[in-house]
Amino acid sequence: MKPAPFAYHRPGSVAEAVTALAGDPGAKVLAGGQSLVPLLSMRLAAPSALVDLNGIAGLDLVEVDATGVRVGALARHADVLASDDVRRVQPLVPLALAHVAHATIRNRGTTVGSLVHADAAAEMPVVLSLLDGSLEVEGPGGRRTIPAGELYVGPLESSVRQDEVAVSAFFPALAPGAGVAFEEIARRHGDYALVGVAALVDGASVKAGFLSVADIPTVVDLSGVADDDLGEAALAQLEPAGGIHSDIHATAAYRAHLVRVLTPRVVRAAKEGT
Amino acid sequence: MTTKLMGQRVQRVEDQRFLRGQGRYVDDVAVGPDTLHAAVLRSPHAHARIVDIDVSAVLDVEGVHAVWTYDDLADLSPPMAEPLPLLIPHPALTHGRTQFALAKDEVNYMGEAIAFVVAEDRYVAEDALARIRVDYELLPPVVGIPAARAAAHLVHEDVPGNVGARLEQEVGDARAAIATAPHRLELDLTVERSSCQPMEGRGVVARWDPDVNRLTAWSSTQTSTGVRAAVAVKLGLDLGQVDVITPDVGGGFGVKINHPWPEELLVPLAARALGRTVKFTEDRREHFISTAHERGQEQHIEVGFDDDGRLLGLSVEFWHDHGAYTPYGLIVPIITSTQLLGPYKPQSYRVVFESIYTNTVMVTPYRGAGRPQACFAMERTMDAIAQYLGKDRTEVRAVNFIQPDEFPYDHGLVFQDGRELEYDSGDYPAMLEKIRALVNWDEFPAYQAEMAAQGRRVGIGLACYVEGTGVGPYEGAHVHVETSGKVKVATGLTTQGQGHATVFAQLVADELGVRLEDVEVVTGDTRRMPYAVGTFASRAAVMSGSAIHLAAKRTKEKALRIAAEALEVDEKDLQIVDGVVSVIGLPEAAIDLGTISVLSNPLRYAFDEASKAATQFSVGDPGKPPVAEDDEPGLEGKDFYSPERATFASGMHAVIVETDPETAEISILKYAVVHDCGNLINPMIVEGQIHGGVAQGIGGALYERMAYDESGQLLNASFMDFLIPYVTEIPDRIEIDHLETPSPLNPLGIKGAGEAGVIPSAAVFAAAIEDAERTALPGFGITAMPISPSELFALRHHQEPS
Amino acid sequence: MTEELLDVRLSVNGTPRPLRVPARRLLSDALRHDLGLTGTHVGCEHGVCGACTVLLDGRPVRSCLVLAVSVDGQEVTTVEGLAEPDGSLGPVQQAFAECHGLQCGFCTPGFLTTITAGLRDNPSPTHEEAREMVAGNLCRCTGYQNIVKAVERAAEIGAEGPS
Repeated sequence: MKPAPFAYHRPGSVAEAVTALAGDPGAKVLAGGQSLVPLLSMRLAAPSALVDLNGIAGLDLVEVDATGVRVGALARHADVLASDDVRRVQPLVPLALAHVAHATIRNRGTTVGSLVHADAAAEMPVVLSLLDGSLEVEGPGGRRTIPAGELYVGPLESSVRQDEVAVSAFFPALAPGAGVAFEEIARRHGDYALVGVAALVDGASVKAGFLSVADIPTVVDLSGVADDDLGEAALAQLEPAGGIHSDIHATAAYRAHLVRVLTPRVVRAAKEGT
Repeated sequence: MTTKLMGQRVQRVEDQRFLRGQGRYVDDVAVGPDTLHAAVLRSPHAHARIVDIDVSAVLDVEGVHAVWTYDDLADLSPPMAEPLPLLIPHPALTHGRTQFALAKDEVNYMGEAIAFVVAEDRYVAEDALARIRVDYELLPPVVGIPAARAAAHLVHEDVPGNVGARLEQEVGDARAAIATAPHRLELDLTVERSSCQPMEGRGVVARWDPDVNRLTAWSSTQTSTGVRAAVAVKLGLDLGQVDVITPDVGGGFGVKINHPWPEELLVPLAARALGRTVKFTEDRREHFISTAHERGQEQHIEVGFDDDGRLLGLSVEFWHDHGAYTPYGLIVPIITSTQLLGPYKPQSYRVVFESIYTNTVMVTPYRGAGRPQACFAMERTMDAIAQYLGKDRTEVRAVNFIQPDEFPYDHGLVFQDGRELEYDSGDYPAMLEKIRALVNWDEFPAYQAEMAAQGRRVGIGLACYVEGTGVGPYEGAHVHVETSGKVKVATGLTTQGQGHATVFAQLVADELGVRLEDVEVVTGDTRRMPYAVGTFASRAAVMSGSAIHLAAKRTKEKALRIAAEALEVDEKDLQIVDGVVSVIGLPEAAIDLGTISVLSNPLRYAFDEASKAATQFSVGDPGKPPVAEDDEPGLEGKDFYSPERATFASGMHAVIVETDPETAEISILKYAVVHDCGNLINPMIVEGQIHGGVAQGIGGALYERMAYDESGQLLNASFMDFLIPYVTEIPDRIEIDHLETPSPLNPLGIKGAGEAGVIPSAAVFAAAIEDAERTALPGFGITAMPISPSELFALRHHQEPS
Repeated sequence: MTEELLDVRLSVNGTPRPLRVPARRLLSDALRHDLGLTGTHVGCEHGVCGACTVLLDGRPVRSCLVLAVSVDGQEVTTVEGLAEPDGSLGPVQQAFAECHGLQCGFCTPGFLTTITAGLRDNPSPTHEEAREMVAGNLCRCTGYQNIVKAVERAAEIGAEGPS
């Protein structure tokens, strides 16, 4: 279980990183590496080159203002989780981050890396989607902002192009009077969830995001749905959107059941937090 | 007098190394650029014919030193072209099959070794594997017991019905007894596959020394003597040319008792062929797909009983999935078939099993070795009887217990060691009282009702087992007192974390009268003790412990004899305390063991202070040879321990669980263990063994399983998806109470403890979850383990009134 | 096909340990095979078991999930660096010995490094925090009972101050 050989670039700036990526269509970005390195070791991924962001100064920012939280490409989950400012401005971020793997993984893994990895079983893509956040990327043509709604295009597939570097992510602040909640059920503490639900309640608007249910992070609008019907309403939207998947840990029927159980619970908790 | 160390919570002496990062595991041996590294190409298919293997692209890879396939083996050493040994043949194993070190023509499980590469490092070796091209002709895979029994396809063309063995034992006429019993029940049960998963996988390092024509191999094994013999035979060497050293081992749990693994032969072969030190370190994926699994069985039970639940007839048929090959014979299903009886004495018993082939990783013992399945069968039956009769589950068990005055109790069956299944000791009624008290059995129904009123589902389960431990044939020990007074002890079996360096030192310190810190124990090194069997079947403390005790006793006898002569007193008046022999009541008349060691060896030369000190004493008769006819030089003792039969430990576990009515999550509220392994050498270590066994059992009952798909692909060959519990999945406290009924079979009165914690898990959790669910769903029943929340949800769904 | 070697400036347990390795060299392999620090163990190589945990600039990370070249210029602490300057066992090591917190010892280095950092950040954990501190490391031998005790005992030893 050892990686195949690859070329290695350690750029000093994002521009250099973009140049390195553009020069090799088989190159991939390395940030925290907590998802990528195991794939390399199992030889499930064999990029021709890695462009390591870890030598670029300034990418580890965690900036908070009244509009929201901006997280740089090298900000480790643990740093974001530890920030009281982040907790104050957008509490859903730390609520979800506490469920990301184990503390040791969070020390190295980056929040932006997790967003780009686009795993439907991961917490942060759902959070970004639910909050209508965005990803700032830099490519040969300059910078662009990808709204969360356009970020996830398929299983483990984001709309970040191969020659682009995700520079930062933006999680909008929680509006005054709005509430959020997060809950997931996993086989073991720290595992990917069997089902996870994040909820955002803002006035009459009720939205819930689901992880590990469909093959991409999925957000459904539950505004106006009676409390007793939240689970079924969520399922009614999730099932046509690619279906609920089944694997060795949970059948689709059980996942659907957990959606029924968790959705009202999490929405209620979000309402209580308003 | 020095306090006896037997029975004391002595801190482990080996921890000093481990805690400093100075443990020496096999991958820590021969670290450095001079060592070559091996990797193995493994079959991606469960069942296929190998049409062609093309290794030509590997030859270009810089840093590759060798690439071998089956066709190369005969040239390297003719015996290597033969299949690997079938270690434990049995007359009932009519169709035993073993694999080749590298597959010849056909592969029978995903993971079977096909080609072997040696390179500068493991990275390059894996690069080379990626360049080997194999053409396969796919054959239909046989996966799972139902498919194997249906035998629409065969794993091995020449094994009809996929049946490797069929074995039947019967005491009395069980079927007739069932037919005429007042009450009858039938159960169909399933236990799925799991595996040991020690944190350290397998590994082997070998070095050939051309100057002395000798091979030294290090292996992470549970039997260094077994590996040594296998390597010698397969490499065409004399036994005396091969040394096998088992360094620190990062856990075994059974899987490392099977041998030789292909790599245990290929690495030494490469070391000899290339004249370089060669290392193979298995990675985690390889451990999943190319070592061994266990537990998979389907069982059909018929039982007849009276109004009290007394077993009048018990008839069990089961099908044991042994995977693609049978290197370890029928040990696991024989243990299931015999240990199924636990602490009970049915009036008649019939058991028949078929051991069957599937295109999956082979099956060899995993901690418990067939007993968890046996316990599941018996204890599910007991619960079913209690339910049927409306009796308390403990009551039905109690009426069937072998009573304390019935030992030795002969079941009339043949055990795994080929000897009678005769229990030596135990007190099951007393043990039942202890577990009832420990778990508050009598108070539970009120608590359950109170919780049910709040909509909560809590349940209690109980399971009892008896475990044959300390099986023969033998172990030996050598004790040597150096002139420094330090005591060097060697025993041949291996250590995987059981604290042997401490417990064996405790025994020597007690018997020989020396300080614990002066005793150093070496295990698993064939240079130090070439006669040994291995560490399995909870046998190390019983077998090597007894041998060490006997060897220490011999050493002591010799020390006293020489001291008596030196001090010119009677042996009976001497004592040994802290390494000094003195006359009782006359402490100034003393001689230390180091000096006695000098006196024991009438050498011409003097090297050290001890030699000078010895000059004040005079021993030996000047008129006789310096070493008497019946004596040997040196202050040493060597002895072997070989018992008539196994000793039988026992235990009872109880667990209280809560199942979430909504999410079907299962949580453990209380876990209690009562355990009888006879006299305890070190209770701290025994409790540690129980903790670990219970945790492994929780894994096996609620989290771990081998998920094969129909094509024979193992879907969860990683720690991401094979769910070993973290601390968060294990209860905060495991309550333990000991019962000590000494074994009459060995001088220390001990029985084995290593496997006990894991045996009743499937049974006890099935019982508790069932009990919890029945508070809401009266007809709820569990017949298959392990169980996940998803499965519990499905079971509820089937049993909920529509 | 000669693989390019890269220079890595690494400091391990307070000592500069320069390395020249291919880009794909895992930090775990670099520590073990290139520097001979075999106290760091590799149990799964996919980041689940925690046996390979080392401290990177003081924070626990899985050394099997980090490329050696990627931590150029950083400080690594391994189990070999946990003893006191006088060679005696550090508080966490001492607590493991007292509480029988290890059996085969293979997972132990990962626990020791993790707990060392954990107690530095939270010197007097509650019982729940003590459990949480070791919740990302697998042990197959001990059932964790005595490991949790060892965390609490190590906190006590730490509170007693240097002996």
